[in-house]
Amino acid sequence: MKPAAFDYVRAEHLDEALGVLGQEGSDARIIAGGQSLMAMLNMRLAKPKTLIDIMRLSDLGRIERNGGTITIGASVRQAALLEWPELRHSLQLVALALPWTGHVQTRSRGTVCGSIAHADPSAELPLVLRALGGEVHLRSAKRRRRVAAQDFFAGMMATTRSDDELIEAVSFPALSRRCAFREVARRHGDFAIVACAAVETADGVRLAVGGVADVPATREFPRLEGSALDDALNGFSYELDARDDVHATARYRRDLVRMIGRDLVREVLQ
Amino acid sequence: MSRLQAGRRHTVRFTLNGKPCVGEVEPRLLLTDFLRHQIGSTGTHVGCEHGVCGACTVEIDGKPARACLTLAAQIDGCELRTVEGLAPSADRLGILQAALKRNHALQCGFCTAGILMSLDSFLRQHKRPDEEDIRDLLSGHLCRCTGYAPIVRAAMQAAEELVDQNQEKTNA
Repeated sequence: MKPAAFDYVRAEHLDEALGVLGQEGSDARIIAGGQSLMAMLNMRLAKPKTLIDIMRLSDLGRIERNGGTITIGASVRQAALLEWPELRHSLQLVALALPWTGHVQTRSRGTVCGSIAHADPSAELPLVLRALGGEVHLRSAKRRRRVAAQDFFAGMMATTRSDDELIEAVSFPALSRRCAFREVARRHGDFAIVACAAVETADGVRLAVGGVADVPATREFPRLEGSALDDALNGFSYELDARDDVHATARYRRDLVRMIGRDLVREVLQ
Repeated sequence: MSRLQAGRRHTVRFTLNGKPCVGEVEPRLLLTDFLRHQIGSTGTHVGCEHGVCGACTVEIDGKPARACLTLAAQIDGCELRTVEGLAPSADRLGILQAALKRNHALQCGFCTAGILMSLDSFLRQHKRPDEEDIRDLLSGHLCRCTGYAPIVRAAMQAAEELVDQNQEKTNA
């Protein structure tokens, strides 16, 4: 299908984008790489009156390190982050998960912040942001605020962003802790049936699961082994309220959470 | 800031396969439809129209991208390459194209234009790819005829031939 008609605004400065967004609110949508939004427009799942293109705002195109935090601007493409020389060293979990985000052909245009704004429950970048305890930097014409990942994702493709706000950047803590990532999808690069990320914590491991609940979910586990670990993972898998859909049954999803979860917890804690 | 109004046509300037090009587009016009219906470059195919099948893959500023997930208005100032730009002349196939033909890496050919564009940009950046790299790249394309094995074989052969060709050029 083809998108419904809209005005296309090419912003040259952030103030312009914020001004239009402030005036038009929910009638306007920000477009960056467009790799999620364009599909929604083509299927007419989204019918904004105005699209605001922010890809020419050079201020938003930076990857910056500030102490222990890495901040990624709204127009940084996924391919650009993959090519960032410090990625593997500073953001190991992102380096592991990003090759699973879409395909070469979509990462070339899709942005990091765009995937997080879209908030698909099975997408990798929201999962990793949640697993690492990152933040979303929101900005409107009137104010700036930062929202923790756990408070940002509100439901399936729903976030706590207000209509007059855009995502200016996202930030990840640069952790030197052990971490692991794995996912199961029908085809590499398709949306995950289940994706899991694990990060070592002071007294155990944090496991984050995507593709099962409406939002990426995390659970802290102490150092468990054997049947105690299996029981804990089993409990977690049921709490996620897995559902049947065309891709997989709820039971299969729970199975994947238990199996991938166990592998990743062991990998991180070994 | 420029606002392109819905329902009106706006000028976009870009290069298509090395040649300057100008078009008039409504904001909602997809790059696929612009190429096929306005420019008349029907080599770029339209499959799923939501970025999954890869048939519409073109090169935007040297990188493979989905034309169906790109607005024609967004390519203002960009360098665009499509499958029409691959053959060195009207009566000759390029190395990659010839390798696909030789290996029977296409049957119906619907997916081929997109696969060629992905492989073309990939092989320019990766001189000695292994099979896993090629398969990872091809995960962005759906082919319902070949089962991918002949496409992978053709890509590996083309990679070798491109290296040989470059060496000959350097030696000469």
